[in-house]
Amino acid sequence: MGQFGIGQPLRRKEDPRLLQGRGQYTDDVNVEGQFWGAFLRSPHAHADILSIDLEAARAAPGVKAVYTSADLDADGVPDMPCEVELADLAGAPMWKPMRPILARDRVRFVGECVALVVAQTQKQAREAAELIEIDWSPLPSVADAREALKAGAPILWPELGQNTPVHWQNKPSLEADAAMAGAAWRVDVNIINNRLVPAPMEPKAALASWNEQEGESLGKLTLWAPTQGGRKIQANLAKRYLRIAQDRMRVISLDVGGGFGMRGQTYPEYVALVWAAKQIGGAVKWRADRTETFFSDYHGRDQVNEAQMGLDEYGRIVALKIHTLVNLGAYMAENGPRMPIEGGGRIIPCCYHVPHFYFSVKPVFTNTVSTDTYRGAGRPEANFLMERLMDAAAEATGLTRDEVRRRNFITEFPYKTPMGYVIDSGEFARGMDEAMRMAEWDTFEDRRAEAYSRGYLRGIGVAAFIEAAGGRAPTEDMRVRAELDGTVTIFSGSHAHGQGHDTVFSQLLNEFLGVEPARVRLVQGDTDVTPKGSIGTFGSRSSMMGGAGIKASCEKLVAKGVKIAAHLMQSEPDAVTFSEGVFHAGGSEMSFTEVATAAWDATRIPEGMTPGLDEGHNFQREAENFPNGCHVCEVEIDPETGIAEIVRYVAVDDCGAVLNPLIVHGQVYGGVTQGLGQAMIEHALYDAEGQFVSATYMDYGMPRAHRMPFVEAGFNTVACRTNPLGVKGAGEAGACGAPPAFIGALVDALRDYGVTHMDMPATPEKIWRAIYGAQFDTQKSDGIYAEVT
Amino acid sequence: MHNFDYHAPKTLDSALALLRDKEDGKIIAGGMTLLPTLKQRLAAPSDLVDLATLSELKGVRRDGDEIVIGAMTTHADVAANADVQSLIPGLAHLASVIGDPAVRHRGTIGGSVANADPAADYPAAVVALNATIVTNKREIAGDDFFVSLFETALERDEIITSVRFPIPERAGYEKFRHPASGYAVVGVMVAKFGDKVRVGVTGAAGSAFRATDFEAALEKSFTPDVLLGIAVSPDDLLSDIHCTNEYRAHLVNVMARRAIAAA
Repeated sequence: MGQFGIGQPLRRKEDPRLLQGRGQYTDDVNVEGQFWGAFLRSPHAHADILSIDLEAARAAPGVKAVYTSADLDADGVPDMPCEVELADLAGAPMWKPMRPILARDRVRFVGECVALVVAQTQKQAREAAELIEIDWSPLPSVADAREALKAGAPILWPELGQNTPVHWQNKPSLEADAAMAGAAWRVDVNIINNRLVPAPMEPKAALASWNEQEGESLGKLTLWAPTQGGRKIQANLAKRYLRIAQDRMRVISLDVGGGFGMRGQTYPEYVALVWAAKQIGGAVKWRADRTETFFSDYHGRDQVNEAQMGLDEYGRIVALKIHTLVNLGAYMAENGPRMPIEGGGRIIPCCYHVPHFYFSVKPVFTNTVSTDTYRGAGRPEANFLMERLMDAAAEATGLTRDEVRRRNFITEFPYKTPMGYVIDSGEFARGMDEAMRMAEWDTFEDRRAEAYSRGYLRGIGVAAFIEAAGGRAPTEDMRVRAELDGTVTIFSGSHAHGQGHDTVFSQLLNEFLGVEPARVRLVQGDTDVTPKGSIGTFGSRSSMMGGAGIKASCEKLVAKGVKIAAHLMQSEPDAVTFSEGVFHAGGSEMSFTEVATAAWDATRIPEGMTPGLDEGHNFQREAENFPNGCHVCEVEIDPETGIAEIVRYVAVDDCGAVLNPLIVHGQVYGGVTQGLGQAMIEHALYDAEGQFVSATYMDYGMPRAHRMPFVEAGFNTVACRTNPLGVKGAGEAGACGAPPAFIGALVDALRDYGVTHMDMPATPEKIWRAIYGAQFDTQKSDGIYAEVT
Repeated sequence: MHNFDYHAPKTLDSALALLRDKEDGKIIAGGMTLLPTLKQRLAAPSDLVDLATLSELKGVRRDGDEIVIGAMTTHADVAANADVQSLIPGLAHLASVIGDPAVRHRGTIGGSVANADPAADYPAAVVALNATIVTNKREIAGDDFFVSLFETALERDEIITSVRFPIPERAGYEKFRHPASGYAVVGVMVAKFGDKVRVGVTGAAGSAFRATDFEAALEKSFTPDVLLGIAVSPDDLLSDIHCTNEYRAHLVNVMARRAIAAA
């Protein structure tokens, strides 16, 4: 409807507030009389704690308390579990370690929390933490997943006796082996998918406050923290760690400076801080600096993939075998081993029909920060692997890169994947055609020749990808309330931390109720205020889950409004219609605002009706949705330096019905930027001693605006068939398409040098070595195929 | 950050007096290196002596055949200075590619040179242009100033007041930026003074150095191509998580040729 409804490129209404410094982030909140917390973190990758001397720290100025695992144990605070259940083919369950909130007897990665100091000021807390004396006994450590599986590698968990807690397989490999044996072509691809830090703009912070003022029965703990919704964290903190009723815990995250999937977890710092606040009967604030944020937020990716694909004489896939190692870190985070198996597993083998599919995953413990969900959560890894395989298939069969994809695209929907998920819709070939048309693929060879005449190497890459959006939780709770002043408030279970919900949800209200966006207020991120069934935002779910919840709430509002309007206009409800914000009955009409205002007046509504237009809906989805798309990237390499510049980037996305193209494109730019960051410069790097050596922005390469290409974005819209708005997610798509598009382009540019693959990040030195490789030893990966079969 | 006493002296003499009197006093210029170090609690000086209020240390002027840049002049001011732009455009370019805009508006030439970060840009210019480092005590030749990693010829109670750059016939600077920090992985300045050529290299080794093989070749023919085939030994160059010494050695040659082309 109109200029503010669905499909309009409305500019972000939250931006003036956020850009003018009027956001309310965790660190903006202070409680009178608050203390400050500081964590002492392990400097060792692996070490036994022989003794801890807290005397000097406890005696330091301003110190209120110093806590270690002994204090938490004495109060019966349990350790942190991983929520994933897996089993091997014989049915033996995955072995799972528990993570102590504060390290008990042993540390297993650099940055692990060992003690919490609570003092009057942040400075006092930090200085006191430095006075804690620990007698360490360092142990050998391992940071690389492949190294951790070798004989003689340091073992993280002696009680397990090895570094892999399960060997998960989708099925025995017999069928795939047989099909592979009969294949006309076989291609092998070995990939290291580099470890990343989430790097949100807002460093980690928390404020935990115990408020007993309202008396024993109403006293409450409040945690302000940058979460992606907070309801699950509320439940965890209350029920598991503090053993209080869930509503005695309140979690507030009003504005959050970036989530990326890494801010939905119940981090050990939160547990320690709320517990400490309760212990001291006051408030404790903590603010991590940037390097501490590098160690505190869970990391992303860090997989090793080894795959073999067989094709018949027509270039159709007959079998695919994938062996994946996923580096879990020292502990299993909430979702850790889920990344390849369920994160990527929901879409693997991506856009293609694979008759015989074998998938093997070994999660691996190493002396590093735990890995968990990060923008795409397993799907970028799966798409990267498949697209490298398709390029290899083109090379082997002699088909063009688009043709080999075309011959294998899934074309009939609904389509059940080998992993049992059902993709409702898609037009993959059409999306690829459009992306190639926009990128002028046909005339690329002219541009390659022109670049060569200037001394540059030019290449082009194409990457089709598919995503799964909706997240694990199948419900979301939304509420819409018409106020007396003509405004409408959304109480949102979905949580915006950059996505632009205020804008898009306002458009939905405009569409369904005729309310102007300026009169819509979004309330989010406070478990005392948002609906009790609220979940939050992750897995590109808010357009479908929150959007459908709003739509249904609005329908309930209108249905009630029709009855009230009929009553007021002395008509029958059947004779009342509602369109563009106006109730019509015969020749009479009332605006939504008039009816909403009357609705709160018990004397003006039908007898027995509850006053107010205030309706909520807990949306239960039928299925996830499957965003997909095709990106084309064109690069130009300076062969003398190895610097690759992206000279053209086209992204064509099918994210279903588009609620706001400006917001969707923004999501795509962000995702592409994170994907190119991974492909070009980002690397959470550990050295042989398990030290995290790129834990500052001086060493960790973040993609900068001036190095990012202009993204030509287009749509290949295919409405989703399984949700009321026809939407598909958009948030993670870019991170899936960009890495294979960029690497595909690089490899194409370097084809004359015999390059068939390049691991990420493809730094200038790596590219230079590929060109001048014969002169120097190049690093060769060992390969894991033999070890994991 | 550890506690320290902060001083903002009005004159160079009082700054020097503070430096002499305080047990572990340290000068702060733009603070682009010192402040992060303090924040990370890696340094704990007893006193900080801030030179920001000493206007006598700021500004750019021409003095005969030289450009004189006050020690407290920011990189942005050097880059934007009309005399530098017209007389030593390579130096203006160098100043314009240091760090990012925030760094260029806080960081100073004196601070950069005194800190002697192996990846800083200015050392390449000090060496290539044969600059003179002027202190409260003496004048130090560019060739003698950089001793090793973060170490210079400066004494404990010595403050740089200005840097004097001879105006060359031609000079160019080219750098390979570190993608994360913006520092020079390799930066090369090439300067021609009549029939003499000087080549200053920063980023590649523990401190800035002259590429004398290049100089000899360039004095015969000041063209990029004469450097093709003159290999730089990687032996004494830096190797770290970002780049190997072999790659740095290669880049020294590439950046030198591009600096000549830009000169």
